[in-house]
Amino acid sequence: MSNNNNDGASAVTSAGTVHSEAGHGSLVVEDLQAWYGRFRAVANLSLTITPRAVTAIIGPSGCGKSTFLRCINRMHEVARGARAAGKVLLDGDDVYAPDADPVQVRRHIGMVFQKPNPFPMMSVYDNVVAGLKLAGVKNRAMLDEVAERSLRRAALWDEVNDKLNNSGAALSGGQQQRLCIARALAMEPQVLLMDEPCSALDPVATSKIEDLIRELRQNYTIVIVTHNMQQAARVSDHTAFLLLDEDRAGRLVEYGPTSQLFTNPQDRRTEDYITGRFG
Amino acid sequence: MDLASSEATRVAQRQGPTPVIGGGTNVGDRIFHLAVLSAAQSVLVLLAALVVLLFIDAKEALGRFGLSFLTTTDWDPVFEKFGTAHFVFGTLVTSLVALVLAAPLAIGTALFLAEYAPRWLREPVAFVIELLAVIPSIIFGLWGFFVLAPIMRGYVEPFLKATVGQVPVLGELFSGPAIGKDLLTAGVVLAIMILPTVMAIAREVVRSVPDTQREGMIGLGATKWETITGAVLPYARSGLVGAVMLGFARAFGETMAVTMVIGNSSNVISASLLTPGYTMASAIANQFTEADKEIYFSAVVAVALVLLLVSVIINGLARLLVWRGAGNVATRR
Repeated sequence: MSNNNNDGASAVTSAGTVHSEAGHGSLVVEDLQAWYGRFRAVANLSLTITPRAVTAIIGPSGCGKSTFLRCINRMHEVARGARAAGKVLLDGDDVYAPDADPVQVRRHIGMVFQKPNPFPMMSVYDNVVAGLKLAGVKNRAMLDEVAERSLRRAALWDEVNDKLNNSGAALSGGQQQRLCIARALAMEPQVLLMDEPCSALDPVATSKIEDLIRELRQNYTIVIVTHNMQQAARVSDHTAFLLLDEDRAGRLVEYGPTSQLFTNPQDRRTEDYITGRFG
Repeated sequence: MDLASSEATRVAQRQGPTPVIGGGTNVGDRIFHLAVLSAAQSVLVLLAALVVLLFIDAKEALGRFGLSFLTTTDWDPVFEKFGTAHFVFGTLVTSLVALVLAAPLAIGTALFLAEYAPRWLREPVAFVIELLAVIPSIIFGLWGFFVLAPIMRGYVEPFLKATVGQVPVLGELFSGPAIGKDLLTAGVVLAIMILPTVMAIAREVVRSVPDTQREGMIGLGATKWETITGAVLPYARSGLVGAVMLGFARAFGETMAVTMVIGNSSNVISASLLTPGYTMASAIANQFTEADKEIYFSAVVAVALVLLLVSVIINGLARLLVWRGAGNVATRR
């Protein structure tokens, strides 16, 4: 599939030089396809994601929404037999360019997973700065500063500032998920991907995370996969609706402002889905 | 110990307490219940009987020598002096040598099989390594005696003496003549024997690390290597320690192969791995046919009792660690 090198002047290089303050976290997905072995999970998906806004990906189970999300930071290809083709332009630079380093890509595009996955053998503090340590940051003062800032942004500082040395696994489920968000924010990503971040949480913890998402929108481009339409309606500015086509590959059906998609869907299938006629 | 039983215990532990099924009104049910109950009971009774009988036979020696049985190195049946510190020492040293040699190999293999190897390669390689576990120990003994010991004497030990042996403190480990049948050779044979045990359990432990842990690390921009050292190994740590300790416990009680290559002499405790020595197990194997006097026999049995108790303790600790490591998966996934 077309994996054309863009003009090459500004691809995300292995040195990571392209990441600049000027980056707003704009994402343009062009003709993205993803496979598991021979099975094609996502077909010819193109969409432009607005920077500093929340974009929700909704659709029935197995429609490839998580796969699509994982393609954005090249996490999809980590699974055995999985591959992807197409373009994902982060501030104009193709993360699938031949000279793009997936490890660097993932430092610029943070990810939060379905189940909270703090590192249980690390303290709360070490969980937050784990990514920075990987990137080679050793300056203790800088790590301290980033840890506090990230925990504050994740609305967790007040709850954990007296137990930074406790295990990350000792926190409650909702706190663990916010710790994982802090861990991703510590990398100063332009984009934050969230793969059903509330599916393992209770309603109270869920609403805290949703508040947080609305808060973070001011500084980050957020793409969130959710199986919960109410959640999409509550937190997102734009919504993309994915559905399996006749080849059982996920395809984009409709994409637009959340209010419009939920109140006045343009496609019959979207309407059927959001009114609960299937899915 | 064998893997099948350890697997069975783990499964049993996961399933928790057995449901009470004895209350059935059906006669067949009751008979079956009694049959399996008495089977389980008789195993416990046998185990208890074993310990009690060992204790009865060992009582005379333990009573006469007390703690000095464990702290002195005189083993002189003629003058009826029995101290076993050097047996204990030999057991610990050979088991430690085995552990130092086998643990990195076994854990490295486990990581390769679980994290790197293509799927088609995993099972065949694991199968071949686990096959090592079913080779009777007498075969390791014969191989050690006829093949390994001459190689150790002719090449390995002279090489070690010429290199590490020249380093000030470490050199003490390789002082004295290269004999070939000594603590070091016994340790090497033991390392090969415990390799499959440690590898198989380590592989299970690594495989039980949830993928969400790996993804969390990869998502932060970690390379494969950083993912393994930063997420997989810390998560698997207690289980891996348990795997190594189970290997240690196996090395501890191993008798036949060790007896054939350890030299079976010397009443001294020396820093050199090139000294011939005894382990508790090899001492028993060597002495029990000659134990004509009652106190001599009692001393041999006392060695067996010490060996049994230490093995039970190490095994128990190791299982606790492996079990806790596996328990992480359920609670933290």
